[in-house]
Amino acid sequence: MAKSDVKLLGAWTSPFAMRPRIALNIKSVDYEFQEEDWLVSKSELLLKSNPVHKKVPVLIHAGNPICESLIIVQYIDEVWSSGPSILPSDPYDRATARFWSAYIDDKWFPSMVAFLFAQEEDAKKAAIAQMEEGLVPLEEAFGKCSKGKAFFGGDRIGFLDIAFGCFLGWLRVIEKAGGIELLNETQTPSPLKWAERFSSDIAVKELLPDTDKLAEFRKKAQAKMTANN
Amino acid sequence: MAEEVKLFGMWGSPFSRRIEIALKLKGVSYEYIEEDLQNKSPLLLKYNPVHKKVPVLLHNGKPIAESIVILEYIEETWKTNPIWPADPYERAIARFWAKFFDDKCGLAAWNACWAEEKEKEKAMEEASECLKTLEGELKDKKFFGGDKVGMVDIVAIFIAFWLRVLQEVVGADLLTPEKFPALFKWSEELVGCPIIKENLPPRDRLIILFRARLESSK
Repeated sequence: MAKSDVKLLGAWTSPFAMRPRIALNIKSVDYEFQEEDWLVSKSELLLKSNPVHKKVPVLIHAGNPICESLIIVQYIDEVWSSGPSILPSDPYDRATARFWSAYIDDKWFPSMVAFLFAQEEDAKKAAIAQMEEGLVPLEEAFGKCSKGKAFFGGDRIGFLDIAFGCFLGWLRVIEKAGGIELLNETQTPSPLKWAERFSSDIAVKELLPDTDKLAEFRKKAQAKMTANN
Repeated sequence: MAEEVKLFGMWGSPFSRRIEIALKLKGVSYEYIEEDLQNKSPLLLKYNPVHKKVPVLLHNGKPIAESIVILEYIEETWKTNPIWPADPYERAIARFWAKFFDDKCGLAAWNACWAEEKEKEKAMEEASECLKTLEGELKDKKFFGGDKVGMVDIVAIFIAFWLRVLQEVVGADLLTPEKFPALFKWSEELVGCPIIKENLPPRDRLIILFRARLESSK
């Protein structure tokens, strides 16, 4: 497929934008990447392609825009069906992967946002506690999904690996800033080991942002948002 | 092996009814277990320890929770009468609208109806924006699914039935034929559909439920 047929609007700082990029890598699909500098302004193409949310990522395939990161990942899995599968083949395993991905986005991610935007120490501490608590169920989830293999998806990275792994960049920024270990030996030994494997995977390696660069970006973003208020 | 399908639900819950509608549309037999949400059963807590909510589908002893996850599972397991589009792009669009509804619309409409005086205007505005977006997506289609009821219609059924009852009880005029003609017409069509109308909660029972909540909030 011609590279120009597949375009992804994203941002290097966005964990959500990383998801479809990992998926496209798994499928060995050539695509054109457009970096959105969302702190500055959103492109016409982004606003036109995602009028409802005006957010990255957006996949534009043969002129058709697809929005929402996990919906894009499922679309990629279904369209490039000859490549390695991203979702499991068994419907129950698929439901389990979807369940935990929804958990990460709906229940766990808000506590990460709460920390990143917290001003007071108390609020930061509360958010950290919530983040830590929210990660604990993933220990059991890993056991169930991986069935003894290296990744949530089994031998190769799959839907849930992508859904959770995209947050490792920001997770590391938070760990460094707070002097803590959110994924740790005591409560989440399996996800801790998995995180190393995921980060080194060939479909992921180049996409995970450098922790220090991301921390620097965070400072810039915080300054800008404070200035805007 | 005989198939065992059970559904833990609650009669008034739109999330629970979504699953019943989907199962009925596909002709799947199931055992229904009514949950008292003030006094959740040990089985529910065992099958959905993370969220402790209905609906939960139990298929041959394996539990699935979260209504959209269940709807996807139902579609993949029972192939009669597909409710998701077949084309991957159309399916991505349907998933988008189902998510938009669940993340934004349903809650906005619910909150607008229950909002206190000082927050009412803002909440109504937010809800209206959501309905406007839905109206724009529906355009001149009979259903979100096209000519036939599809996944997005089932997900958005809260607007077509529950909201219309609720707004009457609390005295809000969120969904009216003047403000949202296409959406209003869709709501009439949807709740008039044969299998759908038999699987909605009894209107008068819902009114009693909403009235009780209104009274207790005063």
